[in-house]
Amino acid sequence: MSNLIKFDIENKKASVVENEWQCVELPPSEVAERVQAGKVVLFKLTGENTVTEAQIANTVIPATGKVIVPLSVYAAKKDALAERMDASALGIWLDTHETLESLIAQFDDINRLPIIAIHVARFADGRIFSLGTLLRTRYGYKNELRAFGDVLRDQLFFLKRSGFTSFLIRADRSADEALASLNDFSAPYQGAVDEPKPVFQRYNRA
Amino acid sequence: MYKYDAIDQKIVDERVTQYRDQTRRYLAGELSEDEFRPLRLQNGLYIQRHAPMLRIAVPYGMLSSKQLRKLGDIAKKYDKDYGHFSTRQNLQLNWPKLEDTPDILAELATVEMHAIQTSGNCIRNITTDQFAGIAPDEIIDPRAMAEIMRQWSTFHPEFALLPRKFKIAVSGTKDDRAVVQAHDIGMEFYKDAAGKLAIKVWVGGGLGRTPILGSVIREHLEWQHALTYCEAIIRVYNLHGRRDNIYKARIKILVKALGIEEFKRQVEAEWAHLKDAPNTITEAELARVSTYFGVFDYAKLPAYDASFDATVASNPAFAAWVKRCTHAHKIPGYRAVTLSLKPHGKAPGDATSAQMHTVADLAEAYSFGELRVSHEQNLILADVKLSDLFAVWEKARANGLATPNIGLLTDIICCPGGDFCSLANAKSIPIAEAIQMQFDNLDYLHDIGDIELNISGCMNACGHHHVGHIGILGVDKDGSEWYQVSIGGKQGNDASIGAVIGPSFSAEEMPQVVQKLIDVYVKERTPEERFIDTVRRLGIAPFKAHVYARDPAKESATA
Ligand code: SF4
Repeated sequence: MSNLIKFDIENKKASVVENEWQCVELPPSEVAERVQAGKVVLFKLTGENTVTEAQIANTVIPATGKVIVPLSVYAAKKDALAERMDASALGIWLDTHETLESLIAQFDDINRLPIIAIHVARFADGRIFSLGTLLRTRYGYKNELRAFGDVLRDQLFFLKRSGFTSFLIRADRSADEALASLNDFSAPYQGAVDEPKPVFQRYNRA
Repeated sequence: MYKYDAIDQKIVDERVTQYRDQTRRYLAGELSEDEFRPLRLQNGLYIQRHAPMLRIAVPYGMLSSKQLRKLGDIAKKYDKDYGHFSTRQNLQLNWPKLEDTPDILAELATVEMHAIQTSGNCIRNITTDQFAGIAPDEIIDPRAMAEIMRQWSTFHPEFALLPRKFKIAVSGTKDDRAVVQAHDIGMEFYKDAAGKLAIKVWVGGGLGRTPILGSVIREHLEWQHALTYCEAIIRVYNLHGRRDNIYKARIKILVKALGIEEFKRQVEAEWAHLKDAPNTITEAELARVSTYFGVFDYAKLPAYDASFDATVASNPAFAAWVKRCTHAHKIPGYRAVTLSLKPHGKAPGDATSAQMHTVADLAEAYSFGELRVSHEQNLILADVKLSDLFAVWEKARANGLATPNIGLLTDIICCPGGDFCSLANAKSIPIAEAIQMQFDNLDYLHDIGDIELNISGCMNACGHHHVGHIGILGVDKDGSEWYQVSIGGKQGNDASIGAVIGPSFSAEEMPQVVQKLIDVYVKERTPEERFIDTVRRLGIAPFKAHVYARDPAKESATA
């Protein structure tokens, strides 16, 4: 049973479908966290490790098939991946602490990417909602936008409203059961990606 | 006050359905403790020391009689017959059963209430001045904007899981009773030079572990942009606020790390894209929501009422209450009344089911069926005729709601503390009760005059101890409960953070410590000085010296 939910914007319908994309993972980092005076040095302000060159060099990309590679790997191996990009068989994923600017900088046209995936390591990490919103509203990205990682049904409504169109539900949960949560609320108050108009612009409430 | 239409009602109904299913999945073991936590928190449910605690939203402190009766009924049916009004103008139930919470929320929905976003790392209940709409010094009634912001923040998808809780306060007066500077975002509404409604925006204020007053991020924002400007601020925070350390996750830490100038630059850059987006508030929407506020049929009355004046002159107890517990109203012949939830020796902010019914009845009979919760944890009847004050007083007094101590030393702001809260270092309610008993003499209290005493059971500062003229903080030393005392804090336009006077005290010492602070004040004050003025003039040294002075009698006894 697949764990992927796809939301079809045109028909406003979601269904569980087969996953045709293979996600390429980074090998674990060997660099120990460096700490100085109680502060982690390698950290950004928000507290995550950066990807090392060794990790990038050791990443194994399957020779065939549709793959989603980490942004850091794509940036380093752009030329080698050009053909697959041209064949629309390559997507990119990034972590919630990576910047969209570093993704956008790689492309003249972000819509050359058939899929962008954002990895959320912890349920409580709400940066993913801002990233989705910005990709859609600021950078004009139109193709598939996927959430994966610690994705459970209770984020789906918010993810959908933030511009996500596919959701890879965490392996130990049922995507079928999660489907219903996409429609938890029928008439949201504020404008967001999926419905830009706030309620007071959609209805005459007087 | 605001009334739900079909859209509002549907949202709270759908929320009940969603939460009922989440609770079912949790009880069935389909959701882990960790997964259920953010879900229940966004529905106001904490797991406390003894039982769950449910925090019910009272948006910007407004309640109808019907709603308060329902709260009383719920407290009776699902709890121990009382509820606790918090410093966030919410109502907390301390003993509900987890299994009952979906039913409680369903009952709340029948009176247009909910517990949405009363806790968790999201935009919390928006708070404002308890005298909004009636204060003579008010420039703009901020409640319509508060309601528009309530709707906008409800299930805002982008800000559902922020680094930490996020509190917004709005105020429409020069004299800031909503403490906007101590909030993540504070909005002060005013009329600009062109006579148009504008907003001064503060950001990064907060109490808690690292108390900071907010910085002004924008002096002038046209009201239409309130929502998009907040979106710009919160987006920068959502993306860049720390998530690795819960104590460094509030927006104030980010603002401090970047500096207000850099933070402002990022927000303005973000806002350049968001300005005029569809979430821009329309004239029509502001007009629609405004029709719900301040539309009472006030009687045309003279500014004075002869029989009221005569009763004040002949009845000193009534006069004392009128002096402390009633407040000026912009309509002649009306007053606002504070019903004290601070009787001496009781937990501040607690109200029994019977008291809730009494207050609901009073509001219905004398104040257009509406009331307010103040962040000082009292209940307010906003629109009472002078000629009705005596009747209100008699009924309030008979029900323990007329202690004439509003603004006095025993009107203590106090968090639930170690009796209820699992984060607490120390109990706070018994300290409040002991101090109230120490000063259980009304003449003396009135002589001491205006003073604010705030108690928090831990660094999280729910009792806002930093801005108390006297602030008391529960601390943990080697596993036992101690209390750190600060003086000189203040809320309002000239807000300040209190200074700690020295090593902490045991619970038994606390009433005497407060007594000594007051003794210094009474000795040193000039005729027109309040406690805070004396502290500001003299600094903490004389207070410290007296509190820590060796007690020779005690020393020889223990020697
Ligand atoms: S201040 Fe601390 S003890 Fe008091 S309610 Fe808040 S978290 Fe609990």
